[in-house]
Amino acid sequence: MLVSLNWLKHYVDINDQTPEELAELITKTGIEVESVEPIAEKMNHVVVGYVQSCEKHPNADKLNLCQVDVGEETLQIICGAPNVAAGQKVAVAKPGAVLPGNFKIKKAKLRGVESNGMICSLQELGVDEKDVPKEFTDGIFVFHDEVEIGDNAAELLNLDDIIIELGLTPNRADCLSMLGVAYEVAAILDQPFTPQEEVVNPVEEPAADEISVKVEAPDLNPYYGAFIINDVKIGPSPLWLRNRLIASGVRPINNVVDITNYVLLEYGQPLHAFDLDRFGTEEVVVRRAKQNETITTLDGQKRTLKPEHLVITNGKQPTAIAGVMGGADSEVHEDTTNILLEAAYFHPNAVRTSSKDHGLRSEASTRFEKGVDPNRVILAGKRACELLEKYADGKVLNGVVEFDDLDKEPKRVEITTSHINERLGTDISDEEIADILRRLQFRYEQNGELFKVIVPTRRGDVELFEDMLEEVARVYGYDNLPYTLPGGASQAGGLTLQQQLKRKVKNYLQGAGLDETITYSLTRANRAEQLVSREVKEQAKAPVRLAMPMSEEHSHLRLSILPELLESLSYNIARKQTDLAYYELGTVFISEEEQVTVQPEEQLRLSGALTGDWHIHPWQQEKKSVDFFVVKGIVEGLAKLLDLQLTYRQAKLPDMHPGRTAEVLLDNQVIGFIGQIHPKLQNELDLKETYVFDLNVEVLFGSYEKEEAFQAIPKYPSINRDIALVVDEQSFAAEVAETILEAGAPLVKDVRIFDVYQGEHLESGKKSIAFNLLYMDPNRTLKDEEVEKAHEKILSAVGERHQAELRG
Amino acid sequence: MKDRLQELQSEALEKVKQAEDLKALQDVRVAYLGKKGPITEVLRGMGKLSKEERPVIGQLANEVRETISDAIQKKQGKLEEEALEQQLEEESIDVTLPGRPVQVGGPHLLTSIIEEIEDLFIGMGFEIKEGPEVETDYYNFEALNLPKGHPARDMQDSFYITEELLLRTHTSPVQARTMKQKDGHEPVRMICPGKVYRRDTDDATHSHQFTQVEGLVVDENIKMSDLKGVLNGFAKQMFGSERDIRLRPSFFPFTEPSVEMDISCKVCGGDGCSVCKGTGWIEILGAGMVHPNVLEMAGYDPNLYSGFAFGMGPERIAMLKYGIDDIRHFYTNDIRFLKQYHKA
Ligand SMILES: [Zn+2]
Repeated sequence: MLVSLNWLKHYVDINDQTPEELAELITKTGIEVESVEPIAEKMNHVVVGYVQSCEKHPNADKLNLCQVDVGEETLQIICGAPNVAAGQKVAVAKPGAVLPGNFKIKKAKLRGVESNGMICSLQELGVDEKDVPKEFTDGIFVFHDEVEIGDNAAELLNLDDIIIELGLTPNRADCLSMLGVAYEVAAILDQPFTPQEEVVNPVEEPAADEISVKVEAPDLNPYYGAFIINDVKIGPSPLWLRNRLIASGVRPINNVVDITNYVLLEYGQPLHAFDLDRFGTEEVVVRRAKQNETITTLDGQKRTLKPEHLVITNGKQPTAIAGVMGGADSEVHEDTTNILLEAAYFHPNAVRTSSKDHGLRSEASTRFEKGVDPNRVILAGKRACELLEKYADGKVLNGVVEFDDLDKEPKRVEITTSHINERLGTDISDEEIADILRRLQFRYEQNGELFKVIVPTRRGDVELFEDMLEEVARVYGYDNLPYTLPGGASQAGGLTLQQQLKRKVKNYLQGAGLDETITYSLTRANRAEQLVSREVKEQAKAPVRLAMPMSEEHSHLRLSILPELLESLSYNIARKQTDLAYYELGTVFISEEEQVTVQPEEQLRLSGALTGDWHIHPWQQEKKSVDFFVVKGIVEGLAKLLDLQLTYRQAKLPDMHPGRTAEVLLDNQVIGFIGQIHPKLQNELDLKETYVFDLNVEVLFGSYEKEEAFQAIPKYPSINRDIALVVDEQSFAAEVAETILEAGAPLVKDVRIFDVYQGEHLESGKKSIAFNLLYMDPNRTLKDEEVEKAHEKILSAVGERHQAELRG
Repeated sequence: MKDRLQELQSEALEKVKQAEDLKALQDVRVAYLGKKGPITEVLRGMGKLSKEERPVIGQLANEVRETISDAIQKKQGKLEEEALEQQLEEESIDVTLPGRPVQVGGPHLLTSIIEEIEDLFIGMGFEIKEGPEVETDYYNFEALNLPKGHPARDMQDSFYITEELLLRTHTSPVQARTMKQKDGHEPVRMICPGKVYRRDTDDATHSHQFTQVEGLVVDENIKMSDLKGVLNGFAKQMFGSERDIRLRPSFFPFTEPSVEMDISCKVCGGDGCSVCKGTGWIEILGAGMVHPNVLEMAGYDPNLYSGFAFGMGPERIAMLKYGIDDIRHFYTNDIRFLKQYHKA
C-alpha cells in the first residue's frame, strides 16, 4: 500500500514529525514501512506557463517555436512534443531548474534558434511512466484545471509528496484504505481523526425506477447496492484527485473510472461502474455462473466460467465476474451518460477462487479477498455519488436499490487488566488500558478492570482476547515490556543419542579430511533413481514425485544423496578445483507405494564422494590419488568409531565399476555400498576417477551401544607369528583371514594383512598374502608348543578351505 | 726410574693434548698404557730395585698411569662431543620448507550456525526435536491455525505431493507434533532445526530449499516478557552483547500477538546505513505468543497454558554475519566457499 503523506495529512495532524520519524513510529507500533520516498527529487524554477503562440521551427519540421508566458516574463522555448499548442497551460522548467536525474535546464540554441527553458512531460518531472495518463505519455503535460500562470507547477502536481510504502501483513486489510491508515496513524500519534461525512444531493426520481436487484447466492454476496447516476459528463478528473491517484500508483483515466478508483483507495471498498444504457436490461441478478458460461472481460479476454465463480448478470448473461473484473459489453465509454454503480460485499472465498482461476489479481480483488468493512460498503457508494455529482455533473437518483443480508454487527471482546498483565508480564493500569482503547477508537464498557470492547468492523482481524492483547501491547509499546525468563520446573536440555552420534560422525569425517556439503533433496527423475543402494531399491517402489514441480530439475525426491553430490564435484571440477572429498548426512525418501498416499520413510544416510589427489606433498614428490582403499579406510574408521563390525562383499551395481565395488553389510544385512563410479558415468559428469560411499547410518546408530564395560589391559605377553600363504588370485583375503581366526580360536586374537604379492617367483593366477597373527591368553603366558599346535591347525584349515599353501 | 716415569708422563700428556681425533687419541693410549707400553716396561724393571724403593716407584708408576688415563678420558669426551656436534651440523635441514599437509575437512557453514544456535538453546534447557520433511497438510497447516482456504497459505506456496502430503514449508509442524506427543499437559521447551521447501525460483535471495530453526516454549504462565527475555539472551550471545533488540508487530497465523525481532545494525551501530536500509535495525526472526487455537488443537487448555514460539533462518543469519550476497552459495558447494568458513 502506497500512502501519500500529503493525503494523510489531510486527515491527521502529524505534528512536526519528519516522514522518517513517522515511518519509524508506524513500523514499531503497527505496520512495517518498507520505504519512504518523494515522488520526485525537490525542484525549483518549475512553473505554470501559458503557451501564447506555437509555430513551426524555421529550420526543423518536428520542432515548435513557442512563446510561453511564465508570469514575470515571456520565454521563447523550443518544444518537440507533438501535443503542444497555443492556449495551453503547461509546466515549464525555467533556466536554472534541475529536473530529476540531475537534468539541468540551461539557455540553449536549437538549430540556430534560442530556447530558454523546457516545457515538461510528467515523466521528465519524475512521475513513473505507468502512472502517467495515457493522453500525456507521448508528450507534454497540459493542465485542464484553473491554475495561475507563474505558480509553482511541481507543487501543483504534488511532486513534493512523500510516499510511504506499507508492507501489509494479511491481517491488516484495514490499512488497504486511506481511512484505515488514518485511524492507525491517529492512534499511534494520539491525534483525533473523524472521517468526513458523505454528502449527496439526489434528485427526486428514485433509483428503483430504473433498476432492480436480485441476489441468488446470498452466501457469496450478502450485500448488493445499486446506485443510478444519470447525465454524467465523461472528462478528466480534477487535478487534486489525479494527483492522489498518481501518488498511490494508479493511472488516471477519466472522471468516472478515477472516482471509483479513488473511493477504493480512500475507503478500501471496490466499486464498479456499469454503463447503464449498455447494461442490457433493468435488472441486476447476482448468481453462481453456469458451467461453461462465458464472458468477455474488460481486457478483451473471453473467459469460461464454472459454478464456483460468482457473476453479476443482467438476468440474461454475465456482465461482470463479481469483485474481479467487469464485462466489456457494459464498460464505461467516452460517450457514457448513465451509470449503474455497484457497491457490494462479495465473500472473500468467492473472489479468491475467481481471481485465482482467471489469473486476475487487482486492487479490487485483493481487498475483497481480505474482507472489506461491512459498514463501509454503502458509505463508499455514497462517497462515489458525491464525487460524481461534483466532478462529473452526475444526477444521483434517489436511494440505493439493495439486497441486504449482511451482518454488520461489531464483535465484542472482553478483556481484564489482570489477564492482559498476566500474559504480557507487565503492570499496566486500568486507566492506561482505557486510554489505549480511546486512541484506537474502540468503544467499550468498563466495569472495574473488566472492559467489554466493541471492536469496529473495519478491524475484522480482532476477534479474540489474544487479538486485543496485541492491540494493547503494540500501542503500549513492545519496548516497554520487561525482560524476564520463563518460570516453572527447569528442564535439562541436551542432545539425544542420535543427535550426539551425528555430530560425532561429522567430526570424525572432517578430521579424516572430508568437507560437509548440503545439496538439494529435489532432483531430476533420472537422478532420483541413480546410485541407490540395493536395500533401498528393494524397498522403494519409485521415487516420490511432486504433484506440480516448478522444473524437471527439481521434480523428484532423492533416493540417494550421491547424484547431487557428484553434481557438486562436477561444478567444482569445471572451476578447476580438482581435489575434492565431500560427505553429506541427510535424508532420502523411500515410499513403498507406486502412488504415494502416506508419508514416505525418511532415512538418514551418509554419503561421500572423493576424487583427485588425496594426499600431496609437492617438494617431497609425494602424491596419492584417491582409490578404493582410501574410501574403504574411511568407512572402516567409521565402524571403529561406532564399535561395529562391518563386512564387505564384492558387488556389481548399476553405474558402479563392476570390479571395484563392494556392498557393506552389518549383521549380514546390506546397509550400503562403496566403490568407484562407472567410468562411463565419470565421463558423463566430466569427472576423473571418483570413489563414493553410501551408508544407512540410522541402522549403524541403532546398533551403537554407548555403555561400554571396562576391558582389562592384558597382563600376559602376546606372541606374534607371520605366515605367507599362496592362494588363487580370485580368493578374497578377508575370507582367508576369517578362516585363520576361526581355526586359531581361542588363542588367535587378531589377524592383520601386511603384504599382498603377485608376480615373479609365483605361479601365474596365484597371489601371496602375508598375515601377522596375534596369539594371546588373558590368563597366562602361552607356551611355544601351544602356539605351534594352533599354527598347524590353521595351516591345515586354510589348505582345506582355500587351497592355500605356505609360501616357501 | 723416577725421572723416567715423570718424563713419560709429560711426554704422554703432551701427545694427548696434540691428538686431534679419536684415532690419534687411541694411538696415544696404546702407546703409553698398552701392555707393551713404556710404563709397563718400567714396572717390569722394578725387580732390580731395592725393597724400600719398590713401593715408592710402584705408587708413582700407578699415579702416572692414572694421570695419563684421566687426560685421555677427558680428551676423548671432548673429541666425542665435537664429533657429534659436527655430525648434527651436517644433518641440518631447511626449516622454512612447508610441512607435510594434514588433510582436514570442515562443517558446512549452515551446520556451524545451526549447531551454535542449538548449543545456545541447550544451555537454556531446550531439547532439539526433529520431524519429517514430507509432512501432512494437517501438521504443516491445519494444526497451526491455517485451515484449508486460509488466505495466509498464499504466503508460502508449497510443493505438494498429493492433496494431503507436501514438503514442509516451515519446521513448525515439529512443534505441533511435539505438543501432541507431550499429551497436552507436559511443559515444552524445544527448538527444531531442519530443511524446509517453498515454491520459489532460485535467485540471489530465494531458494526452493533452505533451513529454519524454530522454537517453542509452553507451560503455565508463560508471558510475552519471557519471549523478550529469552530472545534477547539468544541475540546477545549470537550476535554480540553490544547489540540491542526491538520487537515490532507482525502477523503469523499460529501466534497472537506476533512480532518480528530486529537487532541493532552492527555496521552503523544504529545510525542507519545501506546494510540496514537506513533504519539502524536488521530483522532477524519472527516470534509470538502461541495462538490459542494451536494450543487447543494440540490438546493444551489455553486457559491454563500459554507459550511462545519463534523462528529464524540460518541462511539469513549467515548472510548477515559474513556479508554473503547470494543464497545459492549455500547449495552449490563450491569448495572455495566451503573452506572459507571452516574456522567459523
Ligand atoms: Zn546500519
